[in-house]
Amino acid sequence: MDITELTVHELQEKLKNKELTITEINKAYIDRINEKEKDIQAFITLTTDEALEKSKNIEEKVNKGEIKGELAGIPIGIKDNMCINGVKTTCASKMLENFIAPYNATVIEKINDENMISLGKTNMDEFAMGSSTETSYFKKTKNPWDLSKVPGGSSGGSAAAVAANMVPWALGSDTGGSIRQPAGCCGIVGLKPTYGLVSRYGLIAYASSLDQIGTFTKDVEDTAILLNVIAGHDDRDTTSAKKEKKDYTKALKNDVKGLKIAVPKEFFGDGINKEVKESIEKAIEKYKELGAIVEEVSLDIANYALATYYIIACAEASSNLGRFDGIRYGYRSPKFNNLRDIYINSRSEGFGDEVKRRIILGTYVLSSGYYDAYYKKAQQVRTLVKSRFDEVFENHDIILTPTAPTTAFKIGEKSDNPLEMYLSDICTVSLNIAGLPGLSIPCGVDSEGMPVGMQLIGKRFDEETILNAGYTYEQATKFRETYKPTFKK
Amino acid sequence: MSIEEYETVIGLEVHAELSTKTKIFCKCPTKFGAEPNTQVCPICMAMPGTLPVLNEKVVEYAVKAGITTNCEIERNSKNDRKNYFYPDLPKAYQISQYDRPLCKNGNIEITVDGEKKKIGITRIHIEEDAGKLNHDDFGGGSLVDLNRAGVPLIEIVSEPDMRSSKEVDAYLKKLKAILEYIEVSDCKMQEGSFRADVNVSVRKKGQKEFGTRTEMKNMNSFRSIVRAIEYERQRQIEVIENGGKIEQETLRWDDVSGRTFSMRDKEDAQDYRYFPDPDLVAIKLSEEYIENIKNNLPELPESRKQRYLEDYKLTVKEADGLTASKYLSNLFEEATKISNNPKAVCNWIMSDISRILNERELEPSDIKFSGKDLAELIDLIEKGTISSAIAKKVLDKMFDEAKKPEDIIKENGWIQISDEGAIKEVVIKILEANPQSVADYKAGKEKALGFLVGQAMKETKGQANPQMLNQMFKEELK
Amino acid sequence: MEVKKEELLHIANLARLKLQDNEIEKYLLNLQDILNYANLINKVDVEGLKETVGERDSYNVFRKDEIDIFGNIDGMIKNFPEEQDDMIRVPKVVQ
Repeated sequence: MDITELTVHELQEKLKNKELTITEINKAYIDRINEKEKDIQAFITLTTDEALEKSKNIEEKVNKGEIKGELAGIPIGIKDNMCINGVKTTCASKMLENFIAPYNATVIEKINDENMISLGKTNMDEFAMGSSTETSYFKKTKNPWDLSKVPGGSSGGSAAAVAANMVPWALGSDTGGSIRQPAGCCGIVGLKPTYGLVSRYGLIAYASSLDQIGTFTKDVEDTAILLNVIAGHDDRDTTSAKKEKKDYTKALKNDVKGLKIAVPKEFFGDGINKEVKESIEKAIEKYKELGAIVEEVSLDIANYALATYYIIACAEASSNLGRFDGIRYGYRSPKFNNLRDIYINSRSEGFGDEVKRRIILGTYVLSSGYYDAYYKKAQQVRTLVKSRFDEVFENHDIILTPTAPTTAFKIGEKSDNPLEMYLSDICTVSLNIAGLPGLSIPCGVDSEGMPVGMQLIGKRFDEETILNAGYTYEQATKFRETYKPTFKK
Repeated sequence: MSIEEYETVIGLEVHAELSTKTKIFCKCPTKFGAEPNTQVCPICMAMPGTLPVLNEKVVEYAVKAGITTNCEIERNSKNDRKNYFYPDLPKAYQISQYDRPLCKNGNIEITVDGEKKKIGITRIHIEEDAGKLNHDDFGGGSLVDLNRAGVPLIEIVSEPDMRSSKEVDAYLKKLKAILEYIEVSDCKMQEGSFRADVNVSVRKKGQKEFGTRTEMKNMNSFRSIVRAIEYERQRQIEVIENGGKIEQETLRWDDVSGRTFSMRDKEDAQDYRYFPDPDLVAIKLSEEYIENIKNNLPELPESRKQRYLEDYKLTVKEADGLTASKYLSNLFEEATKISNNPKAVCNWIMSDISRILNERELEPSDIKFSGKDLAELIDLIEKGTISSAIAKKVLDKMFDEAKKPEDIIKENGWIQISDEGAIKEVVIKILEANPQSVADYKAGKEKALGFLVGQAMKETKGQANPQMLNQMFKEELK
Repeated sequence: MEVKKEELLHIANLARLKLQDNEIEKYLLNLQDILNYANLINKVDVEGLKETVGERDSYNVFRKDEIDIFGNIDGMIKNFPEEQDDMIRVPKVVQ
């Protein structure tokens, strides 16, 4: 048995039956990381030594009956934009190369409360700005299905680590598609919950009104389990929703009979790769077979949503990233004679190209004379996007689209053309604009063997319906048993 | 052309630190004077990933200030970010309010030289204070202390309605009194919890358009504000008279040289890029919320003044003086609960206590003793335990240490000697030592008696009861 | 809208970023490209639509005025690039 092939619910089963111990599990993953990290480059910081120590400790306590909890000792990977007290938290930026977080993010507290064990901080696009994890200051993460390709982004490290079995699951964050798109690229399950379901406290902000923490897992059941851990109201985040706690595993009914699925034709237009389209169309047929009612609808928002996204995200980012100024923490350029030098040199040397580009764009759209034309207008379009989704949801339970217009592309292929890179998010951003939940699950591979992701969009705070829809499809198709990453060089 | 042909136009932006226990967006304490960076947390230090949560008291206090300055209260308000870089501003943006301040369109009535005038209040909004820059005398650098970062402020913006430094002085005093009365700010100017940005321009009398204004930031004493306005008015008129133009700019008032300096940094054209803070949700105030605050306001200075005029028969000047400060007015009320001599209480507050405050450059809020202590002091004079000369000394001591007047008197052995035997002893001693004066008195020189009493007072270090001395000398000299 | 070089430099300065001479052309092109795309939104009819600023269904989320002392101030001070007497050292600020 290869422990690292297992899902978390399978690991739980084996722990319960005493077929495995907590340390065995952690050792297996640490060995796997040691074996694969040189190829995949998924982690910025590894905390495997501490993790091993911790796993022994937790195992002892579990054996003595001092701690209970079905997730005690389960390893996890954390995207390097979530603060863990005492651990380096870099956002994949030179700016925070030596920043040691002095506090825990709320999701980390929740993970700790379950006695789960973080194995390390995963690579990402710098400050979560990118769709390929290539803008990381430290390294380029490779796609386990083809090492010459990107894992998607911005949470590419988390996605690749799960796909390569280096962790059983991981946390990521999604501002415009940063969980769903890499999940799609890496052939795993990724969930971006409804805005407000998971606390953002301790998540280093990119765009506050769009950022949301979510999950990377091997299957939908694990998604439900991990969502149970991280969801919930938090006093420290005023945008966090006051909703009753749910058990999402209960939503997995393996039944979609009568489920009304809307398929917006605009998401299958010119920019979408033919093979991606075909895979999705097959999945649609599958849903029909399973008894769902599929209807084509019109939802002409994708381009507006993307334009809106770049205006709002960059505007918020330009302000959110002001605090990285070389004064209180992070990179301070050694080249300065006065205060102004500290600001300008620290920021110019500490940020990478893409981050600077977005800060400049965001500063531009907020600056006097342009605010109304761009920022204010974008906020109005945002209202429009929301109401268009609402209209579709009046008569449908979920919306089905591709996760991305293409499968994973070659490393370096799009790094010189920002706008083309931005178009990778065309299918995902509108959900962030509207605050909706989205689940990406694998639904096939293209002719090169690269996985294709399908996106299921739900109503606000109705994660249950998309989880059940994803689960039912997964049970019927068994993608994981059919396709595995090849680590092709 | 002469200076009289010009009119000065002044508008103020007052920043008052709110007296909440915690900061505006985090749970750190706001106490003044703590060791550097001991009242900080990841939120007010702008550690990456942190989020603000608005303190409910800040909204309540701002609404209170709005109601008592006759403002309209915004039912649908929000917080906005004001973006700029400065080492005392940890997030590189200040969370403030832009186009929907909590309060707007209010006014305050002032009286100058017997004339009443309404000064318009444009708006009152909530925002966070910045940290402090300390100068490092040795290394030529600055040291950032973020204890003050995130302390809640209200900014009260007036209309450019004031025409003289006298009006400004009256406006500021009235505003300060109101904020003190409703207990939203302690308004300690030396600690910077009540400070003003002063906008000054001049124009020819009768001219409709405003002149170009200059702004002097962070002024925190009434005296400096008055001086700075006078200086700036003269300077501007001189520039115009000499054919020059006033430049709109920020100035720094230097109290030592008594002049203003330009602070302009040409490299930095400011553009604050205000936008709604996405980390905070809207503030919606219901009628019920506002009514509830209205119904629970403490008594305001105007109403107290009326009461003093009617109940205690104080003069308008006295009543104005007492009610100008909540602390002095409270002291008066506390003391008159015990003392049956309100006039005396008023006199002590308006003369000796005010004098000591002035001499020591203290604020009424710094007074350590209670109204009860003051009443006791007055009672001790009336009972003849001490003379009023001693009472002044006792009062002085009461400013130093929190002790009862009786204890101070005992410790210093200041009890008035009213014992007949003891007085007689002194009288006889003085008479024996001054035969010439005795002879003079007997020869009809009334003045000699005064001299003898004076000698006796000297002998007893002022503690002898002067009436008794007088009487005793007269009897002995019969 | 065409972005001019001076405008780009002004914006970069507002953001406290310095662009190298050889970068300016590239940034101008990128910015122009992205803005052209962003201008798509100006084709949308938004007459009368209110603005959505993130999560706006909830309001009045306040905190009680109660003190809580943060326990890891040292952890923050250790991150200061230059520290002196528990304060952050910066070059002299001209006021």
